[in-house]
Amino acid sequence: MTYLGDVAALARTSLLLELRSRDTVPALLLFVVSALVVFRFALPADASDLAAIGLLWIAVVFTAILALTRAFVAEREGRVLDGLVLAPCDRSAIWLGKALGVLAFLLVAEAIALPAFGLFFAPVDGATVAAFLLADLGIAAVGTLLAAIAAVSRARELLLPLLFLPLVIPVVVGGVGASVEPDPGRYLAFLGLYDGIFAILAWATFEYVVTE
Amino acid sequence: MLLLAGIALAFYWVPMAPLEGFRQRIFYIHVPVALTAYACFGWGAWKGLRLLWTRDQRHDLESYTAIHIGTIFGILTLVTGSIWARTSWGVWWSWGERQLVLFLVLFLFYSAYFMLRYSVDPGPRRANMSAVYALFGVVLIPISFLAIRLAEDLIHPVVFDRDVGTNLAGSQLFTFVVCLAGMLVLAAALYLNELTGKRVDARLRELRESLA
Amino acid sequence: MIRARGLERRFGETRALAGLDLDVPRGGFLSVAGPNGSGKSTLLALLAGLLAPTRGSLEVDADRAEIGYLAHEGLVYRELTAVENLELYGRLYRVPERRERIGMLLERHGLWEVRHRRVSAFSRGMAQRLALCRTLLHDPRLLLLDEPYSALDDDGARLLDAHLAELAGERTLVVATHDPARIRSLASSELVLA
Repeated sequence: MTYLGDVAALARTSLLLELRSRDTVPALLLFVVSALVVFRFALPADASDLAAIGLLWIAVVFTAILALTRAFVAEREGRVLDGLVLAPCDRSAIWLGKALGVLAFLLVAEAIALPAFGLFFAPVDGATVAAFLLADLGIAAVGTLLAAIAAVSRARELLLPLLFLPLVIPVVVGGVGASVEPDPGRYLAFLGLYDGIFAILAWATFEYVVTE
Repeated sequence: MLLLAGIALAFYWVPMAPLEGFRQRIFYIHVPVALTAYACFGWGAWKGLRLLWTRDQRHDLESYTAIHIGTIFGILTLVTGSIWARTSWGVWWSWGERQLVLFLVLFLFYSAYFMLRYSVDPGPRRANMSAVYALFGVVLIPISFLAIRLAEDLIHPVVFDRDVGTNLAGSQLFTFVVCLAGMLVLAAALYLNELTGKRVDARLRELRESLA
Repeated sequence: MIRARGLERRFGETRALAGLDLDVPRGGFLSVAGPNGSGKSTLLALLAGLLAPTRGSLEVDADRAEIGYLAHEGLVYRELTAVENLELYGRLYRVPERRERIGMLLERHGLWEVRHRRVSAFSRGMAQRLALCRTLLHDPRLLLLDEPYSALDDDGARLLDAHLAELAGERTLVVATHDPARIRSLASSELVLA
């Protein structure tokens, strides 16, 4: 139970940090909406609403990338990550706490983006919402681990998108599929599979990413 | 020696194949190259796992070399696949061709692997991170394949007639297996060659230093 | 408690530490001196377990829960308050009677009044004192302090002197410093890195 307690403490910290970064979070939320507006202009006038759904997914994915790039910024200053790694708790708790923080951010971002999309294009259905929820889990799980890797590297802001985009392709496929296809079941199941497998993998390997 | 044997095996038999169209010949190279690439990535991931398990740094170089060779074969897969697409359907690229799309995703992924290695200073951290990323890669292979299968319905509702199916006649099968074996031997030879080359370099550097 | 033989650590091509032999008994106090870039910080990071040796052997008879590490950077979140930082670490280190201990340490280091202020609003000296609190929070058996006197004003430095005097003999200490003279009376052994 101490494990869950550790995760709770770390998740709480992660949320506190997000709430306190007065510059980042609002900026990212604004980014999502701005991106949607740009996409509206980028689409030809007679484009289907289905094409627009694809762009909604892109907007969310790229907002997620921006958020993930900043995920470990607070830990980099003052080498806090070393402090956390030295603590006797399981290192995977660090990953889980941070991933929950990222997840919370993504949920908020979508709470803004989806209604905005409904306003600019067409309302989204339940399957789309479910798809986004499932996709968030996968993005948070994989993205948090990759963010920790990128945080140590020299070309941080560049490296995270490079590492992340190939891994997020299946998520986009699953997500867009669930959003546009009349039978979203397969795609949602696939997203669930992605989440399960990569979450376990990230959980098990995070320890090695932050230690020698 | 092994290298020569590998090349001989791989290419000697191809002209020996029964007189089929150029398209079929490419098949004998394209698919073994693809399978060999998978094998290399798998081997790289396995070595990565060994590294994380044993913390023996030697596995880092082995993992890197395997992935390096795998990427080369991956590029060859894309090239031969493109040629095949050209001779089969008259186009240089086809989103309906699953292997091709899969390898595109993998190419992006493993290119990011090299970016990762270049952005982090050499040492146990880089070794750990590379190993973890290699594991993600090998898990991505089946997941991406599934995703691409799902995506076909989204992008290409037309089912492509895969006339080079699993039903190969006796002599064809034999040729195929020989080509596959040849490719694997070639890959192994390149792998050992590069590995010993790098190890010798490292030893030289060590010796030079201990003399200084 | 600590035993190193032929300890070596490289970063890429550079060798930060070469062929170091070290013995620190339980209750010992090792002072590590040397100019910038001589590998003091690297040594402490190795002892803490943050870095793995490139070559040689290193045995530290203490697990993570028993090690207190003070780095030059402080290891505290700048956007959290003093209390929030210590609460988090207190939780992760399973410190018994967390609240009381945090209060006691903050009080002792003159940070009680500012406990609800964020670290980003602290002076360099206050941040260093908080870092010290963090290090001592779980009453570690082995203390690894990397230039603990840096940024401390006279009051802070005297407080640290008192702390070190208390801990010497009771706990094992390794202190890297620019000013070995200050702790010479307490140190049981001295190491100078080139």
